[in-house]
Amino acid sequence: MVNAIEVSDISKQFVLRHTRSIKEAVVWLAKGRKGDLSEKFHALKNVSVEVKTGETVALLGLNGSGKSTLLKHISGVMLPDSGTVRTRGRVAGLIEVGAGFHPDLSGRDNVFLNGAILGMTEQQVNDRFDDIVEFSEIGQFIDTEVKFYSSGMYLRLAFSVAVHTDPEVFLIDEILAVGDEPFQRKCISKIQELAQNGKTLVVVSHDLDLVSRICARGILLEHGVVKFDGSIHDAVALLRS
Amino acid sequence: MSATTPGELTTPGLGGGLRDLRQSGFLLKLLVRKELKVRYRGSVLGLLWSYVKPGVQFIVFYVALGVFLGLERSPRNPEGLSNYAVYLFSGIVLINFFSEALGNAARSIVNNGNLIKKIYLPRELFPVASVWVSGVHFFPQLVVLVAGCLIAGWHPDVFQLLAAVAGFVIVGLLATGLGLLFGAANVYFRDSENLVDMLLMVATWASPVMYAWTMVQEKLGAAAFAVYQANPVTIGVELFHYAFWFPTTDGSAAVPPNLFSLWTPVGLGVALLVLVLGQLTFRRLEGRFAQEL
Repeated sequence: MVNAIEVSDISKQFVLRHTRSIKEAVVWLAKGRKGDLSEKFHALKNVSVEVKTGETVALLGLNGSGKSTLLKHISGVMLPDSGTVRTRGRVAGLIEVGAGFHPDLSGRDNVFLNGAILGMTEQQVNDRFDDIVEFSEIGQFIDTEVKFYSSGMYLRLAFSVAVHTDPEVFLIDEILAVGDEPFQRKCISKIQELAQNGKTLVVVSHDLDLVSRICARGILLEHGVVKFDGSIHDAVALLRS
Repeated sequence: MSATTPGELTTPGLGGGLRDLRQSGFLLKLLVRKELKVRYRGSVLGLLWSYVKPGVQFIVFYVALGVFLGLERSPRNPEGLSNYAVYLFSGIVLINFFSEALGNAARSIVNNGNLIKKIYLPRELFPVASVWVSGVHFFPQLVVLVAGCLIAGWHPDVFQLLAAVAGFVIVGLLATGLGLLFGAANVYFRDSENLVDMLLMVATWASPVMYAWTMVQEKLGAAAFAVYQANPVTIGVELFHYAFWFPTTDGSAAVPPNLFSLWTPVGLGVALLVLVLGQLTFRRLEGRFAQEL
Protein backbone atom coordinates (compact mmCIF):
# COMPACT_ATOMS: atom_id res chain seq x y z
CA MET A 1 0.00 0.00 0.00
CA VAL A 2 1.22 3.50 -0.78
CA ASN A 3 0.86 6.50 1.43
CA ALA A 4 -2.11 8.71 0.80
CA ILE A 5 -1.02 11.35 3.28
CA GLU A 6 2.49 12.12 4.45
CA VAL A 7 2.82 14.68 7.19
CA SER A 8 6.44 15.06 8.13
CA ASP A 9 7.60 17.05 11.10
CA ILE A 10 5.23 19.97 10.78
CA SER A 11 4.95 22.77 13.30
CA LYS A 12 2.47 25.57 13.39
CA GLN A 13 2.44 28.64 15.59
CA PHE A 14 -0.54 30.85 16.13
CA VAL A 15 -0.46 34.42 17.28
CA LEU A 16 -2.72 34.76 20.29
CA ARG A 17 -3.29 38.47 20.39
CA HIS A 18 -3.51 40.66 17.38
CA THR A 19 -2.54 44.19 18.07
CA ARG A 20 -2.70 46.22 14.96
CA SER A 21 -4.11 49.60 15.73
CA ILE A 22 -1.85 52.58 16.28
CA LYS A 23 -3.69 53.33 19.52
CA GLU A 24 -2.80 50.00 21.09
CA ALA A 25 0.79 50.25 19.90
CA VAL A 26 1.11 53.71 21.47
CA VAL A 27 -0.40 52.50 24.74
CA TRP A 28 2.04 49.61 24.73
CA LEU A 29 4.99 51.99 24.20
CA ALA A 30 3.71 54.38 26.86
CA LYS A 31 3.48 51.56 29.38
CA GLY A 32 7.16 50.89 28.94
CA ARG A 33 6.78 48.03 26.48
CA LYS A 34 5.47 45.67 29.10
CA GLY A 35 4.83 42.24 27.71
CA ASP A 36 4.86 41.18 24.13
CA LEU A 37 2.58 42.79 21.61
CA SER A 38 1.85 39.39 20.21
CA GLU A 39 1.97 36.12 22.05
CA LYS A 40 2.49 32.90 20.18
CA PHE A 41 1.67 29.34 20.95
CA HIS A 42 2.28 26.07 19.17
CA ALA A 43 -0.86 24.58 17.71
CA LEU A 44 1.19 21.75 16.25
CA LYS A 45 4.68 20.77 17.26
CA ASN A 46 6.81 18.39 15.21
CA VAL A 47 3.88 16.29 14.11
CA SER A 48 4.60 13.42 11.76
CA VAL A 49 1.83 11.17 10.51
CA GLU A 50 1.68 8.78 7.60
CA VAL A 51 -1.62 7.45 6.40
CA LYS A 52 -1.78 4.64 3.87
CA THR A 53 -4.33 4.50 1.11
CA GLY A 54 -7.54 2.95 2.36
CA GLU A 55 -6.81 3.49 6.03
CA THR A 56 -9.44 4.87 8.35
CA VAL A 57 -7.92 7.15 10.91
CA ALA A 58 -9.48 9.03 13.80
CA LEU A 59 -7.80 12.10 15.23
CA LEU A 60 -8.59 12.21 18.91
CA GLY A 61 -7.87 14.65 21.65
CA LEU A 62 -9.40 17.20 23.93
CA ASN A 63 -10.47 20.63 22.74
CA GLY A 64 -7.54 22.67 21.54
CA SER A 65 -5.25 19.71 21.04
CA GLY A 66 -4.70 20.56 17.37
CA LYS A 67 -6.93 18.00 15.66
CA SER A 68 -8.75 20.44 13.42
CA THR A 69 -5.56 22.34 12.72
CA LEU A 70 -3.93 19.14 11.52
CA LEU A 71 -6.92 18.44 9.33
CA LYS A 72 -6.68 21.91 7.83
CA HIS A 73 -3.05 21.29 7.00
CA ILE A 74 -3.95 18.08 5.22
CA SER A 75 -6.64 19.84 3.20
CA GLY A 76 -4.27 22.67 2.26
CA VAL A 77 -6.27 25.41 3.93
CA MET A 78 -3.31 26.11 6.18
CA LEU A 79 0.36 25.87 5.39
CA PRO A 80 2.82 24.69 8.04
CA ASP A 81 5.53 26.98 9.44
CA SER A 82 8.02 24.16 9.02
CA GLY A 83 7.88 20.62 7.75
CA THR A 84 5.96 19.31 4.77
CA VAL A 85 2.54 17.90 4.04
CA ARG A 86 1.95 15.82 0.97
CA THR A 87 -1.17 14.09 -0.24
CA ARG A 88 -2.03 11.80 -3.10
CA GLY A 89 -5.13 12.23 -5.19
CA ARG A 90 -8.02 14.55 -4.59
CA VAL A 91 -8.68 15.54 -1.00
CA ALA A 92 -12.13 16.73 -0.03
CA GLY A 93 -13.38 17.62 3.34
CA LEU A 94 -16.55 17.88 5.25
CA ILE A 95 -14.82 20.46 7.38
CA GLU A 96 -18.00 22.15 8.38
CA VAL A 97 -21.50 21.43 7.29
CA GLY A 98 -22.70 23.87 4.73
CA ALA A 99 -19.56 25.96 4.42
CA GLY A 100 -20.13 27.48 1.03
CA PHE A 101 -23.89 27.19 1.18
CA HIS A 102 -25.57 30.46 0.44
CA PRO A 103 -28.85 30.98 2.31
CA ASP A 104 -30.49 32.95 -0.49
CA LEU A 105 -29.92 30.35 -3.16
CA SER A 106 -32.18 27.38 -3.74
CA GLY A 107 -31.14 23.87 -2.76
CA ARG A 108 -30.50 23.11 -6.41
CA ASP A 109 -28.16 26.08 -6.89
CA ASN A 110 -26.37 25.23 -3.68
CA VAL A 111 -25.79 21.65 -4.78
CA PHE A 112 -24.05 22.95 -7.88
CA LEU A 113 -22.11 25.64 -6.05
CA ASN A 114 -21.04 23.38 -3.20
CA GLY A 115 -20.20 20.56 -5.58
CA ALA A 116 -17.96 22.89 -7.55
CA ILE A 117 -16.36 24.24 -4.38
CA LEU A 118 -15.55 20.68 -3.33
CA GLY A 119 -13.90 20.12 -6.69
CA MET A 120 -16.53 18.47 -8.87
CA THR A 121 -16.79 19.24 -12.57
CA GLU A 122 -20.00 20.37 -14.22
CA GLN A 123 -20.44 16.93 -15.76
CA GLN A 124 -20.01 15.19 -12.41
CA VAL A 125 -22.57 17.38 -10.67
CA ASN A 126 -25.06 16.86 -13.48
CA ASP A 127 -24.55 13.09 -13.40
CA ARG A 128 -24.84 12.78 -9.64
CA PHE A 129 -27.49 15.40 -9.04
CA ASP A 130 -30.36 12.93 -8.74
CA ASP A 131 -28.37 10.70 -6.39
CA ILE A 132 -27.49 13.68 -4.24
CA VAL A 133 -31.10 14.78 -3.92
CA GLU A 134 -32.31 11.26 -3.29
CA PHE A 135 -29.72 10.61 -0.60
CA SER A 136 -30.53 13.89 1.13
CA GLU A 137 -34.27 13.09 1.23
CA ILE A 138 -34.96 16.73 0.44
CA GLY A 139 -37.39 15.84 -2.31
CA GLN A 140 -39.69 18.65 -3.38
CA PHE A 141 -37.86 21.28 -1.32
CA ILE A 142 -34.86 21.21 -3.63
CA ASP A 143 -36.01 24.41 -5.33
CA THR A 144 -36.67 26.23 -2.06
CA GLU A 145 -34.08 28.67 -0.76
CA VAL A 146 -32.00 26.96 1.87
CA LYS A 147 -32.62 29.69 4.44
CA PHE A 148 -36.08 28.19 4.82
CA TYR A 149 -34.67 24.70 5.46
CA SER A 150 -34.69 23.19 8.89
CA SER A 151 -31.21 22.62 10.28
CA GLY A 152 -31.63 18.91 9.65
CA MET A 153 -32.49 19.41 6.00
CA TYR A 154 -29.58 21.78 5.61
CA LEU A 155 -27.23 19.23 7.08
CA ARG A 156 -28.59 16.37 5.01
CA LEU A 157 -28.14 18.23 1.76
CA ALA A 158 -24.64 19.40 2.65
CA PHE A 159 -23.57 15.94 3.71
CA SER A 160 -25.11 14.44 0.62
CA VAL A 161 -23.14 16.74 -1.68
CA ALA A 162 -19.94 16.01 0.17
CA VAL A 163 -20.20 12.23 0.05
CA HIS A 164 -20.93 12.36 -3.65
CA THR A 165 -17.76 14.28 -4.51
CA ASP A 166 -15.86 10.99 -4.69
CA PRO A 167 -12.41 12.12 -3.52
CA GLU A 168 -9.53 9.76 -2.82
CA VAL A 169 -9.01 11.20 0.64
CA PHE A 170 -11.98 12.19 2.73
CA LEU A 171 -11.61 14.50 5.72
CA ILE A 172 -14.48 14.69 8.18
CA ASP A 173 -14.53 17.18 11.02
CA GLU A 174 -17.12 16.79 13.72
CA ILE A 175 -20.21 16.67 11.63
CA LEU A 176 -21.59 13.29 12.47
CA ALA A 177 -23.26 14.44 15.64
CA VAL A 178 -26.07 16.24 13.85
CA GLY A 179 -29.17 14.99 12.12
CA ASP A 180 -31.80 12.61 13.37
CA GLU A 181 -31.08 9.00 14.27
CA PRO A 182 -32.07 7.33 10.98
CA PHE A 183 -30.15 9.80 8.89
CA GLN A 184 -27.13 9.52 11.14
CA ARG A 185 -27.18 5.77 10.63
CA LYS A 186 -27.42 6.32 6.90
CA CYS A 187 -24.43 8.67 6.98
CA ILE A 188 -22.36 6.25 8.97
CA SER A 189 -23.16 3.35 6.68
CA LYS A 190 -22.28 5.57 3.71
CA ILE A 191 -18.96 6.43 5.30
CA GLN A 192 -18.30 2.78 6.03
CA GLU A 193 -19.11 2.01 2.43
CA LEU A 194 -16.55 4.60 1.32
CA ALA A 195 -13.99 2.99 3.58
CA GLN A 196 -14.71 -0.44 2.14
CA ASN A 197 -14.25 0.97 -1.34
CA GLY A 198 -10.68 1.80 -0.45
CA LYS A 199 -11.08 5.48 0.31
CA THR A 200 -8.82 7.03 2.87
CA LEU A 201 -10.73 8.54 5.77
CA VAL A 202 -9.51 10.97 8.39
CA VAL A 203 -12.14 11.70 11.01
CA VAL A 204 -12.16 14.21 13.84
CA SER A 205 -14.84 13.58 16.42
CA HIS A 206 -15.50 13.65 20.11
CA ASP A 207 -17.99 10.85 19.77
CA LEU A 208 -15.64 8.05 20.79
CA ASP A 209 -18.11 5.21 20.31
CA LEU A 210 -18.83 6.38 16.82
CA VAL A 211 -15.22 6.70 15.71
CA SER A 212 -14.41 3.28 17.14
CA ARG A 213 -17.02 1.86 14.80
CA ILE A 214 -15.79 3.69 11.72
CA CYS A 215 -12.04 3.86 12.17
CA ALA A 216 -9.37 1.25 12.63
CA ARG A 217 -6.57 3.52 13.70
CA GLY A 218 -6.51 6.27 16.27
CA ILE A 219 -4.08 9.13 16.68
CA LEU A 220 -4.20 10.90 20.00
CA LEU A 221 -3.06 14.51 20.05
CA GLU A 222 -2.30 16.53 23.13
CA HIS A 223 -1.27 20.19 22.99
CA GLY A 224 -0.18 19.84 19.42
CA VAL A 225 1.95 16.74 19.94
CA VAL A 226 1.19 13.18 18.91
CA LYS A 227 0.76 11.23 22.16
CA PHE A 228 -0.29 7.92 20.77
CA ASP A 229 -0.67 6.31 17.37
CA GLY A 230 -2.11 2.84 17.14
CA SER A 231 -5.32 0.87 17.16
CA ILE A 232 -8.47 2.84 17.74
CA HIS A 233 -9.43 0.89 20.86
CA ASP A 234 -6.16 1.60 22.60
CA ALA A 235 -6.38 5.27 21.61
CA VAL A 236 -9.92 5.58 22.94
CA ALA A 237 -9.00 3.74 26.14
CA LEU A 238 -6.05 6.06 26.64
CA LEU A 239 -8.14 9.18 26.08
CA ARG A 240 -10.78 7.94 28.50
CA SER A 241 -8.33 7.10 31.23
CA MET B 1 -11.65 0.33 -6.32
CA SER B 2 -8.15 -0.80 -7.10
CA ALA B 3 -5.34 -0.61 -4.63
CA THR B 4 -3.32 1.74 -6.79
CA THR B 5 -4.14 5.36 -6.39
CA PRO B 6 -3.77 7.80 -9.22
CA GLY B 7 -1.29 10.60 -9.17
CA GLU B 8 1.79 11.44 -7.23
CA LEU B 9 2.15 12.92 -3.79
CA THR B 10 1.57 16.63 -3.99
CA THR B 11 1.70 19.44 -1.51
CA PRO B 12 -1.80 20.70 -0.78
CA GLY B 13 -2.50 24.40 -0.52
CA LEU B 14 0.00 25.57 -3.11
CA GLY B 15 -1.94 26.90 -6.03
CA GLY B 16 -0.72 28.12 -9.37
CA GLY B 17 -2.23 31.57 -8.92
CA LEU B 18 -4.39 32.98 -11.67
CA ARG B 19 -3.43 30.04 -13.90
CA ASP B 20 -5.54 27.77 -11.69
CA LEU B 21 -8.63 29.62 -12.78
CA ARG B 22 -8.68 27.78 -16.07
CA GLN B 23 -9.39 24.54 -14.23
CA SER B 24 -11.93 26.26 -12.03
CA GLY B 25 -13.96 27.77 -14.83
CA PHE B 26 -17.09 25.99 -13.68
CA LEU B 27 -16.75 27.24 -10.13
CA LEU B 28 -16.01 30.77 -11.33
CA LYS B 29 -19.16 30.67 -13.42
CA LEU B 30 -21.23 29.54 -10.44
CA LEU B 31 -19.72 32.16 -8.13
CA VAL B 32 -20.53 34.89 -10.62
CA ARG B 33 -24.04 33.55 -11.06
CA LYS B 34 -24.48 33.44 -7.29
CA GLU B 35 -23.43 37.07 -6.91
CA LEU B 36 -25.77 38.14 -9.67
CA LYS B 37 -28.69 36.26 -8.12
CA VAL B 38 -27.99 37.48 -4.64
CA ARG B 39 -27.31 41.12 -5.48
CA TYR B 40 -30.86 42.37 -5.84
CA ARG B 41 -32.61 39.68 -3.81
CA GLY B 42 -35.82 40.76 -2.22
CA SER B 43 -35.98 44.09 -4.06
CA VAL B 44 -38.92 45.09 -6.20
CA LEU B 45 -36.93 46.82 -8.92
CA GLY B 46 -34.39 44.00 -9.08
CA LEU B 47 -31.99 44.35 -11.97
CA LEU B 48 -33.58 47.71 -12.83
CA TRP B 49 -31.41 49.15 -10.06
CA SER B 50 -28.47 48.68 -12.41
CA TYR B 51 -30.14 51.25 -14.65
CA VAL B 52 -31.68 53.51 -12.04
CA LYS B 53 -28.53 54.19 -10.02
CA PRO B 54 -26.28 55.31 -12.89
CA GLY B 55 -29.23 57.17 -14.37
CA VAL B 56 -29.74 59.29 -11.27
CA GLN B 57 -26.01 59.75 -10.84
CA PHE B 58 -25.81 60.97 -14.41
CA ILE B 59 -28.67 63.45 -14.00
CA VAL B 60 -27.14 64.90 -10.85
CA PHE B 61 -23.73 65.38 -12.42
CA TYR B 62 -25.19 66.67 -15.65
CA VAL B 63 -27.29 69.32 -13.96
CA ALA B 64 -24.61 70.35 -11.49
CA LEU B 65 -21.62 70.35 -13.80
CA GLY B 66 -23.05 70.69 -17.26
CA VAL B 67 -25.67 73.29 -16.53
CA PHE B 68 -24.70 75.08 -13.32
CA LEU B 69 -20.93 75.02 -13.78
CA GLY B 70 -21.25 75.57 -17.52
CA LEU B 71 -19.39 72.63 -19.04
CA GLU B 72 -22.11 71.99 -21.60
CA ARG B 73 -21.76 73.94 -24.83
CA SER B 74 -24.72 76.19 -25.51
CA PRO B 75 -25.32 79.39 -27.49
CA ARG B 76 -24.44 81.41 -24.40
CA ASN B 77 -21.46 79.19 -23.57
CA PRO B 78 -19.50 78.41 -26.76
CA GLU B 79 -16.45 77.33 -24.75
CA GLY B 80 -18.19 74.27 -23.34
CA LEU B 81 -18.05 70.68 -24.51
CA SER B 82 -20.52 69.71 -27.19
CA ASN B 83 -22.70 66.74 -26.27
CA TYR B 84 -21.51 67.02 -22.70
CA ALA B 85 -24.12 64.47 -21.62
CA VAL B 86 -22.51 61.78 -23.77
CA TYR B 87 -19.04 62.89 -22.69
CA LEU B 88 -20.01 62.65 -19.05
CA PHE B 89 -21.86 59.35 -19.23
CA SER B 90 -19.20 57.52 -21.25
CA GLY B 91 -16.70 58.34 -18.50
CA ILE B 92 -19.10 57.57 -15.66
CA VAL B 93 -19.89 54.05 -16.85
CA LEU B 94 -16.23 53.15 -16.96
CA ILE B 95 -15.53 54.68 -13.55
CA ASN B 96 -18.56 52.86 -12.16
CA PHE B 97 -17.20 49.60 -13.48
CA PHE B 98 -13.81 50.32 -11.94
CA SER B 99 -15.27 51.37 -8.58
CA GLU B 100 -17.55 48.41 -8.27
CA ALA B 101 -14.92 45.93 -9.42
CA LEU B 102 -12.18 47.18 -7.13
CA GLY B 103 -14.45 47.89 -4.16
CA ASN B 104 -15.95 44.40 -4.22
CA ALA B 105 -12.69 42.64 -5.05
CA ALA B 106 -10.98 44.34 -2.10
CA ARG B 107 -13.67 42.98 0.23
CA SER B 108 -14.10 39.61 -1.45
CA ILE B 109 -11.55 37.66 0.58
CA VAL B 110 -12.82 38.84 3.95
CA ASN B 111 -16.44 38.41 2.91
CA ASN B 112 -15.78 34.84 1.83
CA GLY B 113 -13.68 34.18 4.91
CA ASN B 114 -15.95 31.41 6.10
CA LEU B 115 -15.26 29.40 3.01
CA ILE B 116 -11.57 30.22 2.75
CA LYS B 117 -11.01 29.11 6.33
CA LYS B 118 -12.50 25.71 5.74
CA ILE B 119 -12.01 24.52 2.21
CA TYR B 120 -9.01 24.92 -0.03
CA LEU B 121 -9.75 26.41 -3.41
CA PRO B 122 -7.85 28.88 -5.56
CA ARG B 123 -8.54 32.06 -3.60
CA GLU B 124 -7.91 34.24 -6.63
CA LEU B 125 -11.37 33.11 -7.66
CA PHE B 126 -13.04 35.60 -5.34
CA PRO B 127 -11.48 38.87 -6.55
CA VAL B 128 -11.71 37.70 -10.15
CA ALA B 129 -15.37 36.76 -9.71
CA SER B 130 -16.02 40.25 -8.26
CA VAL B 131 -14.49 41.91 -11.30
CA TRP B 132 -16.47 39.60 -13.55
CA VAL B 133 -19.74 40.45 -11.80
CA SER B 134 -18.98 44.15 -12.24
CA GLY B 135 -18.40 43.47 -15.91
CA VAL B 136 -21.89 41.98 -16.11
CA HIS B 137 -23.36 45.00 -14.32
CA PHE B 138 -21.45 47.25 -16.69
CA PHE B 139 -23.40 45.83 -19.59
CA PRO B 140 -26.80 47.48 -18.96
CA GLN B 141 -25.04 50.81 -18.51
CA LEU B 142 -23.27 50.26 -21.81
CA VAL B 143 -26.64 49.66 -23.45
CA VAL B 144 -27.94 52.97 -22.10
CA LEU B 145 -24.77 54.70 -23.23
CA VAL B 146 -25.02 53.32 -26.75
CA ALA B 147 -28.68 54.32 -26.93
CA GLY B 148 -27.74 57.87 -25.88
CA CYS B 149 -24.91 57.93 -28.40
CA LEU B 150 -27.19 56.81 -31.22
CA ILE B 151 -29.64 59.58 -30.39
CA ALA B 152 -26.73 62.04 -30.54
CA GLY B 153 -25.79 60.78 -33.98
CA TRP B 154 -23.11 58.22 -33.18
CA HIS B 155 -21.40 56.59 -36.16
CA PRO B 156 -18.17 54.98 -34.98
CA ASP B 157 -15.61 53.26 -37.16
CA VAL B 158 -13.96 49.96 -36.30
CA PHE B 159 -10.92 51.66 -34.79
CA GLN B 160 -13.09 53.62 -32.39
CA LEU B 161 -14.87 50.46 -31.28
CA LEU B 162 -11.50 48.80 -30.71
CA ALA B 163 -10.53 51.80 -28.59
CA ALA B 164 -13.53 51.09 -26.34
CA VAL B 165 -12.49 47.46 -25.98
CA ALA B 166 -8.93 48.53 -25.16
CA GLY B 167 -10.19 50.98 -22.53
CA PHE B 168 -12.35 48.33 -20.91
CA VAL B 169 -9.54 45.76 -20.89
CA ILE B 170 -7.04 48.20 -19.36
CA VAL B 171 -9.42 49.19 -16.57
CA GLY B 172 -10.49 45.57 -16.00
CA LEU B 173 -6.89 44.39 -15.65
CA LEU B 174 -6.07 47.25 -13.33
CA ALA B 175 -9.10 46.52 -11.14
CA THR B 176 -8.14 42.82 -10.98
CA GLY B 177 -4.55 43.62 -10.02
CA LEU B 178 -5.48 46.16 -7.38
CA GLY B 179 -8.29 43.89 -6.19
CA LEU B 180 -5.83 41.05 -5.57
CA LEU B 181 -3.47 43.41 -3.79
CA PHE B 182 -5.99 45.13 -1.54
CA GLY B 183 -8.11 42.01 -1.09
CA ALA B 184 -5.13 40.13 0.32
CA ALA B 185 -3.99 43.09 2.42
CA ASN B 186 -7.50 43.47 3.81
CA VAL B 187 -7.18 40.12 5.59
CA TYR B 188 -4.37 41.54 7.73
CA PHE B 189 -5.34 45.19 7.90
CA ARG B 190 -8.95 46.18 7.52
CA ASP B 191 -7.61 49.64 6.77
CA SER B 192 -7.23 48.33 3.27
CA GLU B 193 -10.89 48.57 2.34
CA ASN B 194 -11.10 52.13 3.66
CA LEU B 195 -8.02 53.00 1.67
CA VAL B 196 -9.72 51.59 -1.41
CA ASP B 197 -12.84 53.69 -0.79
CA MET B 198 -10.64 56.75 -0.62
CA LEU B 199 -8.74 55.78 -3.75
CA LEU B 200 -11.98 55.30 -5.64
CA MET B 201 -13.20 58.74 -4.66
CA VAL B 202 -9.91 60.18 -5.91
CA ALA B 203 -10.05 58.07 -9.08
CA THR B 204 -13.35 59.63 -10.13
CA TRP B 205 -11.79 63.08 -10.10
CA ALA B 206 -8.26 62.16 -11.14
CA SER B 207 -9.52 61.22 -14.59
CA PRO B 208 -11.22 63.50 -17.11
CA VAL B 209 -14.70 62.16 -16.38
CA MET B 210 -16.42 65.40 -15.41
CA TYR B 211 -14.10 67.86 -17.10
CA ALA B 212 -11.97 67.93 -20.26
CA TRP B 213 -8.35 66.83 -20.30
CA THR B 214 -7.42 70.15 -21.94
CA MET B 215 -8.24 71.96 -18.68
CA VAL B 216 -5.68 69.79 -16.89
CA GLN B 217 -3.05 70.41 -19.51
CA GLU B 218 -3.53 74.19 -19.16
CA LYS B 219 -2.98 74.13 -15.41
CA LEU B 220 -0.26 71.51 -15.16
CA GLY B 221 3.12 71.62 -16.86
CA ALA B 222 4.14 69.03 -19.43
CA ALA B 223 5.83 66.81 -16.84
CA ALA B 224 2.93 66.84 -14.42
CA PHE B 225 0.50 66.24 -17.25
CA ALA B 226 2.50 63.18 -18.29
CA VAL B 227 2.08 61.80 -14.79
CA TYR B 228 -1.64 62.54 -14.97
CA GLN B 229 -1.80 60.76 -18.31
CA ALA B 230 0.05 57.66 -17.13
CA ASN B 231 -2.90 56.68 -14.92
CA PRO B 232 -4.51 53.69 -16.67
CA VAL B 233 -7.97 54.85 -15.60
CA THR B 234 -7.37 58.21 -17.31
CA ILE B 235 -6.29 56.42 -20.47
CA GLY B 236 -9.33 54.15 -20.28
CA VAL B 237 -11.66 57.12 -19.90
CA GLU B 238 -10.01 58.94 -22.80
CA LEU B 239 -10.33 55.85 -24.97
CA PHE B 240 -14.02 55.67 -24.07
CA HIS B 241 -14.44 59.33 -24.96
CA TYR B 242 -12.74 58.65 -28.27
CA ALA B 243 -15.05 55.70 -28.93
CA PHE B 244 -18.40 57.03 -27.74
CA TRP B 245 -18.27 60.79 -27.51
CA PHE B 246 -15.90 61.82 -30.31
CA PRO B 247 -17.98 60.24 -33.13
CA THR B 248 -21.04 62.22 -31.98
CA THR B 249 -19.25 65.57 -32.33
CA ASP B 250 -18.24 67.48 -35.42
CA GLY B 251 -14.71 66.11 -34.98
CA SER B 252 -13.14 69.40 -33.98
CA ALA B 253 -12.50 68.32 -30.39
CA ALA B 254 -8.90 67.56 -29.59
CA VAL B 255 -7.84 64.00 -28.84
CA PRO B 256 -5.08 63.79 -26.20
CA PRO B 257 -1.68 63.79 -27.95
CA ASN B 258 -0.11 60.36 -28.54
CA LEU B 259 -3.16 58.61 -27.09
CA PHE B 260 -2.75 55.54 -29.30
CA SER B 261 0.95 55.51 -30.08
CA LEU B 262 2.11 56.07 -26.51
CA TRP B 263 -0.54 56.22 -23.83
CA THR B 264 -2.60 53.16 -24.71
CA PRO B 265 0.45 50.85 -24.56
CA VAL B 266 1.56 52.64 -21.38
CA GLY B 267 -1.85 52.10 -19.79
CA LEU B 268 -1.84 48.45 -20.75
CA GLY B 269 1.71 48.10 -19.44
CA VAL B 270 0.93 49.75 -16.11
CA ALA B 271 -2.23 47.65 -15.70
CA LEU B 272 -0.32 44.44 -16.43
CA LEU B 273 2.44 45.45 -14.05
CA VAL B 274 -0.11 46.08 -11.31
CA LEU B 275 -1.69 42.71 -12.07
CA VAL B 276 1.66 40.94 -11.71
CA LEU B 277 2.43 42.81 -8.48
CA GLY B 278 -1.05 42.06 -7.15
CA GLN B 279 -0.69 38.40 -7.94
CA LEU B 280 2.76 38.17 -6.33
CA THR B 281 1.56 39.93 -3.17
CA PHE B 282 -1.54 37.77 -3.06
CA ARG B 283 0.52 34.58 -3.28
CA ARG B 284 2.86 35.75 -0.54
CA LEU B 285 -0.01 36.56 1.78
CA GLU B 286 -2.51 33.79 1.02
CA GLY B 287 -0.65 31.13 3.00
CA ARG B 288 -1.83 32.70 6.25
CA PHE B 289 -5.37 33.64 5.17
CA ALA B 290 -6.99 30.76 7.03
CA GLN B 291 -5.55 31.67 10.41
CA GLU B 292 -5.90 35.44 10.09
CA LEU B 293 -9.50 35.63 8.95
